[in-house]
Amino acid sequence: MTKQGQLPRWVDYGLLPALNLIAAFIVSGLVVVVIGEDPFEAVKWIVYGALGYGEGVGFTLFYATNFIFTGLAVAVAFHAGLFNIGGEGQAYVGGLGIALACLALDAYMPWYVTMIFAVLGGALFGAAWAFIPAWLQAKRGSHIVITTIMFNFIASSLMVYLLANLLIPQGSMQPSTRNFDVGGQLPLLRNMWPTLDLGQSPVNLAFFIALVACVVVWLLIWRTKLGFEIRSFGANPTAAQYAGISPVRIIVVTMLISGALAGLMGMNEVMGSQSKLLLDFTAGYGFVGIAVALMGRGHPIGIILASMLFGLLYQGGAELAFEIPTISREMIVVIQALVILFAGALEHMFRPAVESFFAKISQTKQAEGAA
Amino acid sequence: MNAQAHQGPAIELKGIGKSFGPVVANKDIDLVVGKGSVHGIIGENGAGKSTLMSILYGFYTADTGEILISGKKAHIPDSKAAIESGIGMVHQHFMLVDTFSVVENIMLGAEGGAMLDKGIDDARKELKRLAEEYDMHVDPDAIVGELPVGLQQRVEILKALYRGADILILDEPTGVLTPAEADHLFRILDVLRNEGKTVLLITHKLREIMHITDTVSVMRRGEMVATRKTAETSMSELAELMVGRSVLLEVEKQPAKPGAPLLKVENLNVKDERGVMRVKNASLEVRAGEILGIAGVSGNGQSELLKAISGIEKAQTGKVTIGTHVIDLTGECDAAAMRDYGMSHVPEDRHKMGLVNAFSEAENSILGYHREPKYSKGLLLDKEFIRKEAMERIEKYDIRPPSTELKAAKFSGGNQQKIVLAREIERDPDVLIIGQPTRGVDIGAIEYIHKRIIEMRDAGKAVLLVSVELDEIRSLSDRIMVMFDGEIMGERGPEASEQELGLLMAGVKNTEAA
Amino acid sequence: MYETLILVLDSTVRLSTPLLFACLAGLYSERSGVVDIGLEGKMLGGAFAAGAAAYVSGSPWIGLAAAILVSCLLALIHGYASITQRGNQVVAGVAINFLAAGLTILLGQAWFGQGGRTPQLDKASRFSEVTLPFADSIQDVPYIGLLYSELISGHNALVYISFLAVPLTWWIIFRTRFGLRLRAVGESPAAVDTAGISVGWLRYRAVLICGILCGFSGTYLAIGQSAGFIKDMSAGKGFIALAALIFAKWKPVNAMYACLLFGFLDAVAIRMQGQEIPGIGEVPVQIFQALPYILTVVLLAGFVGRAIPPKASGIPYVKERT
Repeated sequence: MTKQGQLPRWVDYGLLPALNLIAAFIVSGLVVVVIGEDPFEAVKWIVYGALGYGEGVGFTLFYATNFIFTGLAVAVAFHAGLFNIGGEGQAYVGGLGIALACLALDAYMPWYVTMIFAVLGGALFGAAWAFIPAWLQAKRGSHIVITTIMFNFIASSLMVYLLANLLIPQGSMQPSTRNFDVGGQLPLLRNMWPTLDLGQSPVNLAFFIALVACVVVWLLIWRTKLGFEIRSFGANPTAAQYAGISPVRIIVVTMLISGALAGLMGMNEVMGSQSKLLLDFTAGYGFVGIAVALMGRGHPIGIILASMLFGLLYQGGAELAFEIPTISREMIVVIQALVILFAGALEHMFRPAVESFFAKISQTKQAEGAA
Repeated sequence: MNAQAHQGPAIELKGIGKSFGPVVANKDIDLVVGKGSVHGIIGENGAGKSTLMSILYGFYTADTGEILISGKKAHIPDSKAAIESGIGMVHQHFMLVDTFSVVENIMLGAEGGAMLDKGIDDARKELKRLAEEYDMHVDPDAIVGELPVGLQQRVEILKALYRGADILILDEPTGVLTPAEADHLFRILDVLRNEGKTVLLITHKLREIMHITDTVSVMRRGEMVATRKTAETSMSELAELMVGRSVLLEVEKQPAKPGAPLLKVENLNVKDERGVMRVKNASLEVRAGEILGIAGVSGNGQSELLKAISGIEKAQTGKVTIGTHVIDLTGECDAAAMRDYGMSHVPEDRHKMGLVNAFSEAENSILGYHREPKYSKGLLLDKEFIRKEAMERIEKYDIRPPSTELKAAKFSGGNQQKIVLAREIERDPDVLIIGQPTRGVDIGAIEYIHKRIIEMRDAGKAVLLVSVELDEIRSLSDRIMVMFDGEIMGERGPEASEQELGLLMAGVKNTEAA
Repeated sequence: MYETLILVLDSTVRLSTPLLFACLAGLYSERSGVVDIGLEGKMLGGAFAAGAAAYVSGSPWIGLAAAILVSCLLALIHGYASITQRGNQVVAGVAINFLAAGLTILLGQAWFGQGGRTPQLDKASRFSEVTLPFADSIQDVPYIGLLYSELISGHNALVYISFLAVPLTWWIIFRTRFGLRLRAVGESPAAVDTAGISVGWLRYRAVLICGILCGFSGTYLAIGQSAGFIKDMSAGKGFIALAALIFAKWKPVNAMYACLLFGFLDAVAIRMQGQEIPGIGEVPVQIFQALPYILTVVLLAGFVGRAIPPKASGIPYVKERT
């Protein structure tokens, strides 16, 4: 227990996470070897695909935008000691809120007015989808991990129903909404700055909304009374109660914020890129948020970096699959799994070794000092 | 004591030592326990009794020293080895599976084969036999979680006997029992002794020791300080040995000038989650400019009293009056409201409650008061102001190292306590309640903390002080109440002798003291 | 009408089987105190292994063995993280799910080049339907004939094994020493430890049994119900099994009923697709798909009977100073 304090800060926040990440990458490399390809060649194609040309960079940023939202959602809940595994469902339902705002306003309003309502709609719908699990956890003690999983599936059924029966334009066979007009589309960065070489990539204004969300979350968690209470409750619930902080309020409010952040993911996909609400547009990005939050250690800066890494993997993975057909795009899912495994579940695997290493160093230093 | 007693030791411990990181729990312990005797080990909470017993039962491995069972050197790396050596243990927190029946609990780990059918029959038979032999009847098919605490304990004892234990360790067995249940337990222990079993009784209650043991050993701060024949010692001698003649800290203070009552507690009853009454009908009053000290051996309801008064835990009955505000303690707990009415609370356990170890010193310096407008600038917390104020306090209270950014976990015990104390005192409350102000604090800091408490009194505050350190209570308080088993046993002036208070702490009212 | 009912019940049995294996798998793990949201991943990994091995060897039994092996390997990763490293069990489960989802397609594509599928299997490399004695001869007997020949007879071996696993599990859990200890360790690992039993070894065994049963479940998906592995073929069944486990309050016989109920809902959903109920109109199939999850949430909320998990589930065991 006191041992954690014995390591220098840079080891705790730098070296150990790096070791975990390296372990995940080494095992990923072994998988590539098993397939019979050269892992270094694979890395080359991933990096080239993601960063080697303008369109790749654009796609990397586009994917990263999704992950920033879902990563922040998971991280905010983590700060209160809650595991919100329902980011996927919250993002899905949040997308509905965004789509409804766009459908209602796109013909009458410029995009920047619609955007405000879309942000509100996405946040509200996402938060609403997190509310019931939060309330059940706070009041009835129902385990939030299980209820949020269940709500992911309920969201999936609900959305299929809505898209296939209510939102589908007449005569269409594809379960999706109609296309939004220009008033329901976020500007693409490639149109905002034509001089930037972003190819045909869909990276759009939502990228900046995500960065704003990072700042807001950072302020919220580390600079406000509410954030103070959230962190107190997460770090020591007994002390929080002693300080007069209501557990029910913190659980519910934190989950609402978490759900709202997940709900905003649709700004990038629905309003930013597809200009319509598609079936399964979340594509598992809600779950990537878990890996991102774990790797980013719950801090917005870490989350941005981790999102960039995963954006790079998602985009580079596509290039990789194209260049080396035996390695399919799912390689990134494997890497993602290994990151979750090593940075999350096996978080402390290297700690004892590193601790004894540093203990030895300080011993020799002391011995030298004495001599 | 029957003829079988004292015929060569059942247990011999030689130089047992055990540390948890920097905390030394047991230091060079020697102990000899006679066969067929009831041997008491007494000491305050944290004296190292439970750790020592956990070593004997293989839950921990000792760092140094050796164990001899019936004269033979024993290696006890785990509980399995302990059971095989004939040791059984009744833990303070019962090691029972609540959802299991009595017979299932008894046979767990001693099933007698891969299938249960035959084992269950055997266990039932054996259970019946043991029940008759030791007068410990219990329904074998009852679900353990639904049994009263006294019967659950009986199951624990039967579990040990079922495994053929010759040596039985009981760790604070009466902490959860009613007096009647405790009496029954003592009768059982008597029978066990007569059957030739060796019993090790761990407790901090003097009366039990006098009542049932043949020999008693006293532990204090991880060390074994004395062993006496029970017949040749007295409660007051044991009390003295237990508490230790630590340096009586003389605190300079003027006579109190009490004013109007600022804190009133009426008819407080508190149940814990197991349904045991921990505070029984307690009432008290603290006036402005006085310190009311509550003495008592730990675990006699003081923690629950503090938590209820400060609005952290719900009470069964009772209300609190702070100044003119009357608060019903049976409603929703609200520690924030108590603070708003002018109460400050230095909790007993700073790690669990008073501090968030992962937070910086500055963040901890506003815990509980973070909603106050002065800490905010618009929507955000005013970091600069918080840091500045924290720094002023660091200087005023001489907190070391003088860093507002260091995590609370990295300060020493005394400095951690100063962080809490500064936070609770500097907001200038009307009522200060304070639990174990100097637990785990070095001598220098103790003196400082005591001075601050006296200053609060002299500034006209009502101070409620709860401590297990009798010296502390005696040197600080203007009036002293003693708690035993959830009850307030009586009130004394600060001039009351240590013996007098010691007896009250052991649950002996003046009239019955010999 | 009767025939429709029998047909729906027949597909209920088929759809319940993979759930039942996974649900019983989860029962062993969670009864021992290891929360397992990685059932889905182990099923999927097992399904792929079964499809691949059955194709290569031509034998469904070798497929089954491979599925068990792979599923157990995944279970051991989960066990190592949860038991030895005392990591977060939920996070470990999430990792297992992704690992399986990614690796099956990745390896499938690399080895067979069919977009993540395994090649179509011929009849000999699959578990084929078993016709019970007299099934054909009494087929025409009114009511009973149809009941026997359609509903009871005519399933593959794995279906029968899954239903036999129910009484077997009941017997193991409630009638053997291992079961007693398993139940104890999920409720109070400290009681088990002080009784001189190794908590870790007990939990590892539970996690391995969980792996074996998930292997069966995956095998059924790939080479019982279908003729090869298809990507993502577990399609959330692992989570429905988890819901069923909660619904069954962690009891084996209840687990069978819960799986049959959820299987029935699935069967009805398929049957109802595009059909109108007189007087009500078309009922959206999504309701049937969401119903298992909704029911589970309602149960978890404790408004209708309470589902109380084993007390120690999800908490790594650390010896404490008492």
